[in-house]
Amino acid sequence: MADFEIPVLNEYTRTPDLKKGVMAHLKPFVAKEVLQQPLNFPGELVENWEEKAVAKLGELKGKYRSLQVFLDICVKCGACTDKCHYYLGTSDAKNMPVARQDLLRQVYRRYYTFAGKFWAKLGMPWMVGAKDMTKDVLDDWYSYYHQCSQCRRCSVYCPYGIDTAEISMAAREIMDSIGVGQKYCNEIIGKVYKIGNNLGLPEPALADTLEGLEEEVKADTGVDVKFPLDVKGADILLITPSADFFAEPHVDGLIGYAKVFHEAGVNWTMSSYASEAANFGMFIGSYENMRRISRRIRKAALDLGVKRIVFGECGHAWRVAYSFLNTLAGPWDFLDPRYPVPQHICEFTFDLMKQGKLEFDKSQNDHRVMTYHDSCNVARASRMGDKPGGQMTIPREIIKATCNNFHDMPKDTIGEATFCCGGGGGLLTDDLMEVRVKGAQPRMEALKNVVDNNGVTHMAAICAICKAQFTKVLPYYGFTMDQIVSVHQLVSDAIVLNRKTD
Amino acid sequence: MSALSVFYAILFYVATLILVIGVVRKITQYARTPAPLKIPTTPAPTTQTGVVLRMAREVVLFSSLFKSNKWTWIFGWLFHFSLLLAFFRHLRYALTPDCFIWPLIDLELVQAAGKYAGLGMAAGLVGLFGRRIFVDRVRYISSPSDYFMLILLLAIAASGLSMSFVSHPDIVNLKGFILSLITLGWNGWVNMPTDGLLITHLTLVILLMIIFPISKLLHAPGVFFSPTRNQVDNPREKRHISPWGKALDDAEADA
Ligand code: SF4
Ligand code: SF4
Repeated sequence: MADFEIPVLNEYTRTPDLKKGVMAHLKPFVAKEVLQQPLNFPGELVENWEEKAVAKLGELKGKYRSLQVFLDICVKCGACTDKCHYYLGTSDAKNMPVARQDLLRQVYRRYYTFAGKFWAKLGMPWMVGAKDMTKDVLDDWYSYYHQCSQCRRCSVYCPYGIDTAEISMAAREIMDSIGVGQKYCNEIIGKVYKIGNNLGLPEPALADTLEGLEEEVKADTGVDVKFPLDVKGADILLITPSADFFAEPHVDGLIGYAKVFHEAGVNWTMSSYASEAANFGMFIGSYENMRRISRRIRKAALDLGVKRIVFGECGHAWRVAYSFLNTLAGPWDFLDPRYPVPQHICEFTFDLMKQGKLEFDKSQNDHRVMTYHDSCNVARASRMGDKPGGQMTIPREIIKATCNNFHDMPKDTIGEATFCCGGGGGLLTDDLMEVRVKGAQPRMEALKNVVDNNGVTHMAAICAICKAQFTKVLPYYGFTMDQIVSVHQLVSDAIVLNRKTD
Repeated sequence: MSALSVFYAILFYVATLILVIGVVRKITQYARTPAPLKIPTTPAPTTQTGVVLRMAREVVLFSSLFKSNKWTWIFGWLFHFSLLLAFFRHLRYALTPDCFIWPLIDLELVQAAGKYAGLGMAAGLVGLFGRRIFVDRVRYISSPSDYFMLILLLAIAASGLSMSFVSHPDIVNLKGFILSLITLGWNGWVNMPTDGLLITHLTLVILLMIIFPISKLLHAPGVFFSPTRNQVDNPREKRHISPWGKALDDAEADA
């Protein structure tokens, strides 16, 4: 099934002995010039790239306090070394968060610190962990900064909150700036600019798909649940990951949102111009690109004249939406001030539940024993509701309201300690399958735990990447691809439609 | 003043300048560098008070490290806490009895705690050193400078402990010397004691002061500037924008 070894699942997460360089061979495809150009990046490795990379690092550390502080203050305590799912799954030393940071830090030390410059003059930069900017270093960057899903688990455990995701983003931006981009991310961003979504699904195809969904739901339930597109004057604009339009189990989630909107009796719409929640600008660390993508949502909201914005199930997207959208595309003073901007679909559904506006027939989900996978960026980079931690409790409340059987995975693998699915941060591409499968090991271990001990049959998630990743990697570990479901798929299956008219 | 005293007086002033200027420059750099995005590691406090409490838990209890690794936590915390106690004990060499905190510093408890804290420091450092050598992951990420830092601190603790428990230097003389340095010789200069252990101890401390602003010891001021720990989780309620982020908005509005 694979040309690499699939990790064995232990009963509990265990820390492997360190190995050197075992993942150095894995590099994603490099973006060709046509893919670099729409993002305003050079098409190939530029001349004097060493100097330019060092200069770009200097520029970025002047623009991001996180980068400047994190490069300085790591004490090499090692607390983060066993926290990354990619280290746990691959044993590669450079997949330890601090070692991953050091790939950039060594260059920072060499060119931007007294100690590094001093020891380099004596020919011994390694005394203080400094290193010249060379092709080997760049190769390491390209490999290992594309083996980080920017999941922030390391940041939770670092005594100073050092977030390797920030370092990875900076490194990717430096590489882009010297013409070494990653094909997967940059191609997708190009598609958003050209067509409006990551999948390159144009308006007619989208309209067609949505029509098909209306028919499907009608056939299933006999109820006219609408999937409106580009409706001017609608109250709510739904921004959802484009995978929701057709991928399994994503689309079942989308059907769930539509049913909730139907029951709420609200006037809502999607936008063909901003038909994508995900924002890959974050993965490549590019504020400019992230901003440009975000502002499509602003434009759509203005053009359609909506009053609220709701986001569908997507993890990194929710981070950009919750934490950055106001910064990048705000202020939102033209929207209804009674609602947070943006809102998560789970917040929306949960509010209705609290108001008693939704009725569920839990028995519809009795063939499932559920567990829940906290998506990394929802758990550690965002919030839902008005209390810290709402991002963990609200989705669980929804699952428990729609299902009779729910068991959490072991405590050190959920909530803020959650393990990434292994495919986040721009890694969800076939050329990185090896690290995706290996990086999923800790999550698969935790899942196996509840499958064996509690008879869990399905795992729910609220992230398009998690869902796509699990669909692919579950079979490597002896599970089936349909064991991953959308949270709003559970809602969809249990919701009692047209309650008001009964 | 003896040549030795002059030499150490100069060293002391230079080291102090390097330490103060170096750290102030770094703090200014951290404070001036914009934080363009809201990136607290969540769940995070939604109020400024909450952030102060979070930060207090981090710097007083090392709460994230506690979650992370109990061994590193116990050694690290023991070392830092002991260092703090030892620091209090040392204040009596630099303060006069008319200082307002003198009664506190002079307490038998504070003095005794500071004395035994040296042992705590040494124990914590040996533990951290052990981890650096014996845990393959920590060994991998260690540079010579990381070992050096531990050895330096260990040598400071050991020389200090020797003076407390084995051979006492002339404390009255030492205090005279230090006070004369602090007062810039206002009441005349005093020669330093020529005790080998004491000179070693002082030399190492001076070295530490010089290294501080150019090394990872910057974690002490730096932690307060860590955006993942010091930001309030309120991006939807309050628009966060950096000067350079705003410049992008303005440029577009003009276009
Ligand atoms: S952000 Fe996640 S993937 Fe990246 S180093 Fe940290 S734990 Fe690993
Ligand atoms: S936990 Fe933080 S300080 Fe410790 S080694 Fe990792 S990044 Fe550095």
